[in-house]
Amino acid sequence: MRAGLFIPCYIDQFYPQVAIATLQLLEKLGVEVVYPTNQTCCGQPMANSGFEYLAKGCNELFIKNFAEFEYIVCPSGSCTLHIKDHLHDEKNEHAAKDIRNKIYELTEFLTDILKVEKINASFPHKVGMHQSCHGQRGLKLSQMSELVAAPFSKPLQLLKMVNGMELIGLSRADECCGFGGTFCVSEEAVSVKMGKDRIADHIAHGAEFIVGADMSCLMHLEGILKRQRSNVKVKHIAEILNGE
Amino acid sequence: MERTGHHPQLAEHFNRDEPRVNWHDETLWFIRSKRDKIANTIPEWEELREIASQLKNNVLSNLSEYLIAFEKNATRNGVNVHWAADAKEHNEIVHSILQKHGVTKMVKSKSMLTEECHMNEYLEAHGVEVIDSDLGESIVQLAKEPPSHIVLPCIHWKKEEIGELFQKHLGTPAGNADPQFLTNAARLHLREKFLTRKVALTGVNFAIAETGEFVVCTNEGNADMGVHLADVHIASMGIEKIIPQRKHLGVFLRLLARSATGQPVTAYSSHFKKPRIGQEMHIVIVDNGRSRQLGRKEFRNSLKCIRCAACFNTCPVYRRSGGHSYHTAIAGPIGSILAPNLDMKQYADLPFASTLCGSCSNVCPVKIDIHDQLYKWRQVLVKEGYVPAAKKVAMKGMNNILSKPSLYRTAGKTGRWFLNHLPFFVKNKFNPWYKQREMPEAPKQSFGEWYRKRKV
Repeated sequence: MRAGLFIPCYIDQFYPQVAIATLQLLEKLGVEVVYPTNQTCCGQPMANSGFEYLAKGCNELFIKNFAEFEYIVCPSGSCTLHIKDHLHDEKNEHAAKDIRNKIYELTEFLTDILKVEKINASFPHKVGMHQSCHGQRGLKLSQMSELVAAPFSKPLQLLKMVNGMELIGLSRADECCGFGGTFCVSEEAVSVKMGKDRIADHIAHGAEFIVGADMSCLMHLEGILKRQRSNVKVKHIAEILNGE
Repeated sequence: MERTGHHPQLAEHFNRDEPRVNWHDETLWFIRSKRDKIANTIPEWEELREIASQLKNNVLSNLSEYLIAFEKNATRNGVNVHWAADAKEHNEIVHSILQKHGVTKMVKSKSMLTEECHMNEYLEAHGVEVIDSDLGESIVQLAKEPPSHIVLPCIHWKKEEIGELFQKHLGTPAGNADPQFLTNAARLHLREKFLTRKVALTGVNFAIAETGEFVVCTNEGNADMGVHLADVHIASMGIEKIIPQRKHLGVFLRLLARSATGQPVTAYSSHFKKPRIGQEMHIVIVDNGRSRQLGRKEFRNSLKCIRCAACFNTCPVYRRSGGHSYHTAIAGPIGSILAPNLDMKQYADLPFASTLCGSCSNVCPVKIDIHDQLYKWRQVLVKEGYVPAAKKVAMKGMNNILSKPSLYRTAGKTGRWFLNHLPFFVKNKFNPWYKQREMPEAPKQSFGEWYRKRKV
């Protein structure tokens, strides 16, 4: 199985260890992974700010980079959702549609396509899971607390395979952390307050690590944790699943 | 509180008192939790939402026919039906009815439409005193404030503050903040108004095309009290309040109170059909931009709203910024997709007052795609030129780099381009990211750089 690896721009620039872990994890599971080196960004920062029409260049580039693969895998629910919902190209709509249908967020790729049942990883710590909204409510990686429906969670299904990990519960299982793309600066006061409240929920339940499948949310939470000089750390789920 | 400034500034102001934000957040989360609890007692809850949504689709697709049928049936029942194209016409119609009866005092139960039309201000300017009879609305009216929430108008007031307000206006003893005592004081105050007012205005929750009837939902019975003691009943309704048949009430009444407050049903669901002997009844049917919204393909679903405010209570931004930060009669996520239709310039900030988390769409009893519409409004507002020029320059610059791999790589190498160029990564006190958050650390090499070396 051959998959194109889509690494969001901020992971490429600030969290290369998350991209490395994703690559190594997929290779361990027998996937032939190719990282198209001309990739940049999915265009979401522009689009969510109302400038979707500017993202044409990003869209064309994305199609050029990823059209050839059977699967596209990305360690971010938010960037995956953006491609799924908003990748279009007037001149090449067929290819755009094809990509929208074959892009997967990492955890759903592991549970739904690779059907992973065992993971050789251990992480002997108390961990709180941060459900990022775009992955959860957008890609339906886990059941949403607003709906009257049976619970499930693809990220938790994977984390439960990790040795020694203690998963903590939260008072609000799926409240937004307040990152929200440019919201984090345009609505700074509310954004930070939302982040502080999420962190407080994790800390109140004894988390040593806040784990998530979207590094953008974790970057925001990490910024607040560091300012608070907290000992609590953030980790991307790929780093844990790839751990020994 | 003055309604000036845009959402970020007003929200920042609200956040200066963090314990108050915590209290506001927890109060509204409690209501969201009650909603969850009661929704989970109905196994067919999601099906019920779907049926309600489909019924509203039918209404929106056949609105003119239903409105005409409603007018015909209401008129046959002996009700005077008026049509108002906009807020101004609505206010003038109400005023003309009052003038006809030589009345300068009126009681009003809750009606968000009259808030939207700024009716109280209009009538006051014309010498008419309007007394809001809903407890929450009467509290904000005493404080000379607009409601901050469409179901819980004074949710931003603590009981101690209400005690002080009542002491000042109603002469209650100092330091008494007992809710039961204060409610009784308000009741005595309102009772006098009810007994002496000749005209009562109510809102309309549901107007039934088939019969010309309408239903008003309250928890306090204040709509009934006002109407039963008045010679004239005026009911103001938006054109979207229509439902086809009486039997469809079962769907909406099951959803409304459960979504709003977690109650099985409102304490009073009052059905009005025809004036009692000697009474005069008027219905004012208001457009005020609704038919324009109906014509906007991507936003027409917003007219399905039954004003339950579940999207307010679940919204993590609303809970931490307060209703007044939305500077419009209908705040919260639904207000943020309704308001730009009324005035794009004035409300251009509201679709951006969201993280697009999507919780609003999930709680909505009529399944409005609220967060998708927020995204779509952003695109419209940018295209129509209602977003600051500086933002456009920044976005164009960013897009230029991100759409060209070689530029992106070079920019990345020169000290991680992001740290210098993305508006939120500059490390100084003017940077809103850095104000309360540390910057991410720039690693020695990007993943792309690592990958290329690994290949070799």
